[in-house]
Amino acid sequence: MAITTTTRSPRPAAPVAERRPRARWGARAAPYGYLAPFFVLFAAFGLFPLVYTAYVSLHRVELQTSQQMDWVGFQNYTRLLEDPFFWNALRNTFTIGVLSTVPQLVMALGLAHLLNYKLRGRTFFRVAMLMPYATSVAAATLVFAQLFGRDYGLLNWALSSVGLNPVDWQADTWASQIGVSAVVTWRWTGYNALIYLAGMQAIGHELYESAAMDGASRWKQFLHVTVPGLRPTIIFTVVVSTIGATQLFGEPLLYEGNAGGGISHQYQTLGLYMYEQGWSFFHLGRAAAVAWVMFLLIVLLALANAAIAARRNRTDR
Amino acid sequence: MPTFRARRTATSLGTAALAAMLLLTACSSGSSGGSADAADGKVTLTVDLFGTFGFKETGLYDEYTKTHPNVTVKQSDTQDEGQYWQALQTKLAGGGGLADVQGLEVGRIASVMQKQADKFVDLKTVGAGAVNDGLVPWKAAAVKSADGKVLAAGTDIGPEAICYRTDLFKAAGLPTDRTELAAKWSSWEGYLALGKEYVAKAQPGNAWTDSAAGMFTAEVGQQKVRYADESGKPVYDNNPAVKTAWSDSAKLVADGLSAKLPQWTPEWNKAFSTGKFATLSCPAWMIGYIKGQAGDAFAGKWDIAAGPGKTGNWGGSYLAIPKTSKHQKEAAELISWLTAKEQQVKLFTKQGSFPSSTAAQGEIKTLQDPYFNNAPIGQIFSESAGAMPAQVLGTEDGVIGKAFTDALGEVERTGTAPDAAWQHAMDNIKKASGN
Repeated sequence: MAITTTTRSPRPAAPVAERRPRARWGARAAPYGYLAPFFVLFAAFGLFPLVYTAYVSLHRVELQTSQQMDWVGFQNYTRLLEDPFFWNALRNTFTIGVLSTVPQLVMALGLAHLLNYKLRGRTFFRVAMLMPYATSVAAATLVFAQLFGRDYGLLNWALSSVGLNPVDWQADTWASQIGVSAVVTWRWTGYNALIYLAGMQAIGHELYESAAMDGASRWKQFLHVTVPGLRPTIIFTVVVSTIGATQLFGEPLLYEGNAGGGISHQYQTLGLYMYEQGWSFFHLGRAAAVAWVMFLLIVLLALANAAIAARRNRTDR
Repeated sequence: MPTFRARRTATSLGTAALAAMLLLTACSSGSSGGSADAADGKVTLTVDLFGTFGFKETGLYDEYTKTHPNVTVKQSDTQDEGQYWQALQTKLAGGGGLADVQGLEVGRIASVMQKQADKFVDLKTVGAGAVNDGLVPWKAAAVKSADGKVLAAGTDIGPEAICYRTDLFKAAGLPTDRTELAAKWSSWEGYLALGKEYVAKAQPGNAWTDSAAGMFTAEVGQQKVRYADESGKPVYDNNPAVKTAWSDSAKLVADGLSAKLPQWTPEWNKAFSTGKFATLSCPAWMIGYIKGQAGDAFAGKWDIAAGPGKTGNWGGSYLAIPKTSKHQKEAAELISWLTAKEQQVKLFTKQGSFPSSTAAQGEIKTLQDPYFNNAPIGQIFSESAGAMPAQVLGTEDGVIGKAFTDALGEVERTGTAPDAAWQHAMDNIKKASGN
C-alpha cells in the first residue's frame, strides 16, 4: 500500500482494483448486517423453539421429570386424534371463533361507516373505539365474568327484572361460549373499526358524491361503494381475526380462572387445551404436539384465506 | 382440588419484611454449602406459600426474628393452590426462582415423594431430622422416603366437622343444639334427611349446603383408601367408598339440597353472608375461612357440630426446602420452629389450623371459639382427628379429586345425569394421567 503513496506510480490502478471489490462486497453485505440482529433473534426465539417443540413432541416428557425424554415417535399425535377432548376443543375454537369474529367484523364495519361521516367529536369517538383494545385481557375478562355471574351478575339481574329466567353463563354450553365471545368482541371491535376507517378514507370522495347525486341512500352508498372499496381491507381483517380466534387463550382461561374451560370443557379452546396438557397435567410432549397441530392449522387457514382472496380477485377482473 | 384451594382467604398478596435489623455474628452456612448474605451475617429467608398458613397473620415471624435478629423472613402468597402448584412445578423444572421454604399440600405429597424427592433437602443433613417427631404417625410417614430421608415438616391436618347457621336453623324450626344435631346427622343419610326437612321449611332459594363437591370431598376424606390403594394401584373407578360418596352427593342434588355454588369462587364467597346455604362441610382450617368471608356481622350466627361419622381428613400441609436454597441451615431452623408444638397451638387458637403434633393436640382439647357460639372446637376436632384413618395418598389425588368435583358440578349446574357425569370424570382422569 505504501507504494501507492508515491507520486505517479506506474500502476495506480492496482490498489483501486483491490479496493473496489472489497467496497462492493461491503456495500452488498451491509443490508445483511443490518438485518442480522433480526435473524439472530428470530433464530433464537422463533425458529429454535419451533424446531425444538417439534423434537419434544416426538417424545414422552413430563415437566416433573423433564430431564427424562423417551422417544415415542408420532404417538403424541395419534393419541391426540383419538382424544375426544381435542376434538371438543377444536369444535369450541371454531364455534367461539365464529361467535366472536362475525359480529365483531360486522359491527366494526358499521361503526367505521358511522365514524366516516363528519360528526361532532369525531376524534373523541375514534379514541374511545380504541379503549377496549388498550384494556388488558385480564381486566376485561374479570369485569365480564362479574357481569355474567349466575347469582349476583348484572345480566341475570336484568333478565329476571323483565321476567325472564336467569341463565347460568358459566355452566351452560352456548351461554358460556357467548360470554367468552362477548369479551373478545368487546375488545377487538374498535380495533377493526379503525382499520376499516383507514381503508374507507382511501376511497375517493367523488364516488360518494356521484352516488349521492344519483340518489343513492347512505345505506346504498355503504353497500355499493364502501364495501367493494374495502375488500382488501376486509380480507386482511378476516385473516388476522381468524388467526386470533385460532389462538384464543386469555379470555377463556380467565373466564372462570382455570384451564379446563368450564366444568364440562364446554368452552375449552385449543389454546387452553394445550395449556392444560402442559401446565396443569405437566405432559410437555403432548402439549408440544398440540402446539404443532395448531401451527399447521393456522398455516392451512392462512393458505385457504389467500386462495379465496385470489379467487375473488380473479373473478373480479 | 378443593382441598388445595381451601386455604385461600382475603389476605393481601404483598410480602412483608418483618425483621428487627440488629447486627449479630453469623450462625450460618456450614455443611449446607450455603453462606451468609454478607460479612455481618444477615440472612434473608424467602418463604413461598399458598392460601393462608397463618404464620404472618398470627405474628409468628415477628416472634421468630426477636430471637433470631440476623434473620429476615420474606413471605409471598398465591391464594389458589392449583396455581401455586403449577408455578412450583415450572420452577422446579427450571431450577430457578425457588424460595428457601416452599409449602406443599398433602394431596401433592405423594407426587413430590415419588417424582421429585431429589429436588428437596433431606432435613437430616441440615440438623432438622427430628422435625416430625411427635406428629401423628401418618403425617410424618408421608414425607419419609424409603431410604429414611425426611423431606418436609408437617404443619396442620384437616379433621372434619359440620358448620351451620343457627339463625337459619331457628327460622326453619330446626333444633340448633350441636349435640342434638350431631346425633341427627350421625350418618350421611341423617344429614340428607335433615336437609330435606330444612328445605321444606326454609325460604325459597335457601339451600341446605353449598355444593355437592363439599359433601363428596368430606365423605371421601373419611376413607383410608380413596383413589389409590397401598401399592399405588389406582382404585378410584371401582372403590365402593368413592361410589357411595358419589351417589350420596348425587342424591343431595336430586333432592334440591345444593346451592350449586362451585367452591373457592367469588359467588361462593359472597354466599357466606347471604344465607344461600345453611350448612358446610368444615375441616378445621375452614373456621378461619368462614370468619374471613362472613365477617364480624355473623359472629354468633355460625356454630359447629360433629359431622357424620365424626371423623375424616380434608387437607393439611407441609414445609420443604428446595436444594437450590442458599440458606438451608437457617431455613431448616425456621421450619423446625414454625412447626414446633408451641407454634401449632398458637395457630389453632388464632387461626383454626388443627395441629398435627400430638402434644399440641393435647393442649387444645378444651378450647372454645366465641365466633361460633363458644363451640368446643378443641373437643370436636380432637375427636374427629382421633378417629381419623391413616389415609393412603396417591400421586394423582389432586387431579382425581378435581375431576370428581367438576363432574358433580355438571350434575348440579347443567342437569347432566349422574351416570354420564361419572363417565366424564373417568375420561378426565384418563386425560390427565401420565400414560
